[in-house]
Amino acid sequence: MEVLKTYKLYIGGQFPRTESGRSYAVLSQSGQHIANACQGSKKDIRNAVQVARKAQASWAAKTAFNRSQIIYRIAEMLEARKGQFLEELQALGFDLKSATQEVETSIDRCVYYAGWADKYQALLGTVNPVASSHFNFSVPEAMGVVGVVACQQTAILGFISQVLPAIIGGNSVVVIANQKLPLCAITFAEVLATSDVPGGVVNILTGSVEEMLPTLSGHMDVNALSLAQLDSAILEKAQTEAVENLKRVMSYSIDFSQSTAQGLSYISDFQEIKTTWHPVEQIAGGAGGY
Amino acid sequence: MLPPRNNPDLISLLAKSPTIDQTGSIERVARIQARSLKGAAKLQGLRMALSMIDLTTLEGKDTPGKVRQLCFKAQHLHDQTSDLPKVAAVCVYPSMVGIAKKALGDSGIKVASVSTAFPSGQAPFSVKKDDTLFALENGADEIDMVISRGRFLAGDYQFVFDEIAAIKELCTSARLKVIFETGELDSLDQVRKISDLSIAAGADFIKTSTGKIQPAATFPVVLTMLGAIKDHYDRTGQMIGMKPAGGISSAKLALQHLLLVKEVLGEAWLTNEWYRFGASSLANDLLLQYQKQLTGKYQSAAYFSID
Amino acid sequence: MMSNTTWNLDPSLESTALVQIKPQYELFIDGKWQAPLSKTYFDSINPADETHLAKIAWANQADVDLAVRAARTAYTNVWSQLSGAERGKYLFRIARLMQEKARELAVLETLDGGKPIREARDVDVPLACNHFFYYAGWADKLLEAFPGQNPAALGVAGQITPWNFPLLMLAWKIAPALACGNTVVLKPAETTSLTALKFAEICQEAGLPPGVVNIVTGYGDTGAALVAHPDLDKIAFTGSTAVGKQIQKACIGTTKKLTLELGGKSANIILEDAPIDQAVEGVINAIFFNQGHVCCAGSRLFVQESIATQVLDKLKFRLQSIYVGNPLDKNTDIGAINSKKQLETIERYIQLGLEEGAEIYQPTCELPSAGYYCKPTLFTDVAQSARIVQEEIFGPVLTIQTFRTIEEVVQKANNTPYGLAAGIWTDKGARIFGVSQQLQAGVVWANTYNKFDPASPFGGYKESGFGREGGLHGLRAYLKFPN
Repeated sequence: MEVLKTYKLYIGGQFPRTESGRSYAVLSQSGQHIANACQGSKKDIRNAVQVARKAQASWAAKTAFNRSQIIYRIAEMLEARKGQFLEELQALGFDLKSATQEVETSIDRCVYYAGWADKYQALLGTVNPVASSHFNFSVPEAMGVVGVVACQQTAILGFISQVLPAIIGGNSVVVIANQKLPLCAITFAEVLATSDVPGGVVNILTGSVEEMLPTLSGHMDVNALSLAQLDSAILEKAQTEAVENLKRVMSYSIDFSQSTAQGLSYISDFQEIKTTWHPVEQIAGGAGGY
Repeated sequence: MLPPRNNPDLISLLAKSPTIDQTGSIERVARIQARSLKGAAKLQGLRMALSMIDLTTLEGKDTPGKVRQLCFKAQHLHDQTSDLPKVAAVCVYPSMVGIAKKALGDSGIKVASVSTAFPSGQAPFSVKKDDTLFALENGADEIDMVISRGRFLAGDYQFVFDEIAAIKELCTSARLKVIFETGELDSLDQVRKISDLSIAAGADFIKTSTGKIQPAATFPVVLTMLGAIKDHYDRTGQMIGMKPAGGISSAKLALQHLLLVKEVLGEAWLTNEWYRFGASSLANDLLLQYQKQLTGKYQSAAYFSID
Repeated sequence: MMSNTTWNLDPSLESTALVQIKPQYELFIDGKWQAPLSKTYFDSINPADETHLAKIAWANQADVDLAVRAARTAYTNVWSQLSGAERGKYLFRIARLMQEKARELAVLETLDGGKPIREARDVDVPLACNHFFYYAGWADKLLEAFPGQNPAALGVAGQITPWNFPLLMLAWKIAPALACGNTVVLKPAETTSLTALKFAEICQEAGLPPGVVNIVTGYGDTGAALVAHPDLDKIAFTGSTAVGKQIQKACIGTTKKLTLELGGKSANIILEDAPIDQAVEGVINAIFFNQGHVCCAGSRLFVQESIATQVLDKLKFRLQSIYVGNPLDKNTDIGAINSKKQLETIERYIQLGLEEGAEIYQPTCELPSAGYYCKPTLFTDVAQSARIVQEEIFGPVLTIQTFRTIEEVVQKANNTPYGLAAGIWTDKGARIFGVSQQLQAGVVWANTYNKFDPASPFGGYKESGFGREGGLHGLRAYLKFPN
């Protein structure tokens, strides 16, 4: 008899079951019951946001180079587990070709964002020539905790395309995985757990978007939302709740398999710009310059 | 060479000198320069400024004749206008103190003498001491000494302190003004440091410049010195006088300096007991503006005597 | 020798002869002055003496609709057809005309809003002119600004400005919008419409094509009608967080791009090694600039305990040479509170501070008998838990807290829903970078405060809003980037 895998949540670097004690059946495209996933709850969201907040500051404080290395490590681990993803995708009913394409694009996207970690600052930041004796510069900074509703059309590519630009920029995330195709997200959690991403930086919940999203979008300690392909009623409800603490809401309705689904703008979507002023002392007799 | 040795008390005194941000100081000054003086307040300011002048001649070519003419001017600023104040003092080299003392008689105008090998201060202490004693013996009411800038820049604060303290000891009844020559110092931080040091060493007045070096009494420098005076007053209740010198040749600048004093130190300093302008040509511009305020007509320099 | 001198400055009033205020102002739509379809007008008064200045048209939904249509037509037929270089030339021309009318604009701003003429003259108006100059130069360089991203104009922008810096905020809104190729409908705050209406005249004089800039005056209902208009591509709002949230809600389900610049309760932190006299002056600029009607005002002062007494003594002494009174007097430092309503709000908070047990200090100074005035006010003995420490007062009221460690003060500085600005005073460069990185604020002023520049992006974290105004980043608010 085959041992069926139990897919749990990923919170704070641990794999807890949902506190609600519920699970739901994950079906393949042909309707076959292939696994059970945790049916996450409001309290799971609460716990995840708490650990995400705790993890964020020290994650953002790591050197950009270090974050780059860690994200690249994800790509390596993803590559190592490629077979497992392919199996899961095929079990869910994807053909080998499209499964391979999704996994390989996902790996490429990890490599792509790993390279951005110590570069976006130079493109999003500026030195501003103010008309007074001050040195003035603007730098991007992480927004904080980002709530993510992962793409509901792809099993892993959309997830990665939303999560990586957020965390590469120093944010921590609480992700509600693809409701129907949650397996790869949890397998990705295993990748994270065995790479060097500190616990709490990425937290992954499976279950009902409709049930959990309001808790996330209404949470006063979540700074931003990354939403993908939600139907307008759910989206508008989330946007309305987000107003309470002025969350920055990004809603994507793009095809994540396209090359345009990666880029600097996805990083800058979750960056604040901080501008700092400081006086410049005028040295007598000196005109400056070389 | 061993580093200069400073007494621990002096080191801890100087450690308390706050740092000065130049940009902020310039902005503070700009706020005060934007003040608008009109009507009676302007007249009052011009009169105050006149009364605070140390009418100065400090030239190699100074002669008894030149000094006597200056002393006459000091007592008769513009006799065509009634009820004008007199200047506070005449400021000369030690060799001219006797001449000035006699020329000013019982006018109430003080004689100030520069000393300590003015303007460079590059002489042995024995010379500086004799220089000062000579001025005092000839009747100087006030001594304007220069500090040893080279020693200060070399970090030999104790030497500078001791020199001031020693000269102060000679000035039994005369008031001691200590000239920093801020144009030779490096930064506002140093201006603050030398202010604190000089006050602690016994300066009755602190003075920006000799008039021989540019820049001289710039507003940020003056603001920094006023800040030291204010902090000393807040700590001890003792007032110290201030004398900007060098480059203050227009009424407008003088009035701005007075507004600075009013806002930074308070009105108690707005008397020639606590505030002086070291200047040679300021008086006539003040007179010109004063006349303009009285008559409403812009004036010509030809109507105001030059001495 | 003189003694016991008192030297009081005589009044030095700026002339109002330059300024001609019409008895009645219509709406500026499609390059013309149009009587409001609402047929209603409201009064604008001078808060310095409560005298009537003008009647001003009160736009209703139909008026707003006309304005949006005019802006749409101008966008489609004219403005979007122009090259960036041509748009830039219009903006340069506007900037020049503003400079030429600088004194008139300054006096008008002071009359209408109550701010000291020194600030209107030396800060508001020059910065507003410079903002147009700055963005004029961007108009033909958008491709270089965002290489490979195909920046494109949004279309028609609805813009709502506050009463604290009427002309400057207009410049912050209109200059980048036009430079990026958008047309605009702007609604100024009801208490301060006059410089926006003067600006409309400048647009006419500059030959700006009709409909590119439309000014609809009115109260909050006019603003709400503008926000709700379906044919807008962009809403930009500066004002309170409460209204900002309403606007964010109103934009849900639309394609309107939104930027919000909202409230604040910014921390100004003095460490023991600070350049203390400049820090004290910085505190004055932080809280008493523009009567404290500044979203980024440094309204929470934090002083390290070792220097707290000294700083407080210096502040109290400094307050003696703050002149409160007639805004037209060139020596006035604190002018009139913008409106009766705002004065009541401030007074309510001062009362609340007393009820909360805080110790109050106000200098002795005489306030004018007519008009709306408030003395500069310091509150000590306050805790983070006091409402006067938590809530935006938008007036010349400073709360002063002490702290022991840097970790403690950073925590307290960030302990607020707002995140607009912060100040840090210390002589140690390494500490400046360390602390400023920790502060959750869009603008950090290190050893200075309340500095603004067209080249410098401005905007908040958290509930202080989103999006930036000024600098390269300010362009983003008025562009889309179709891939």
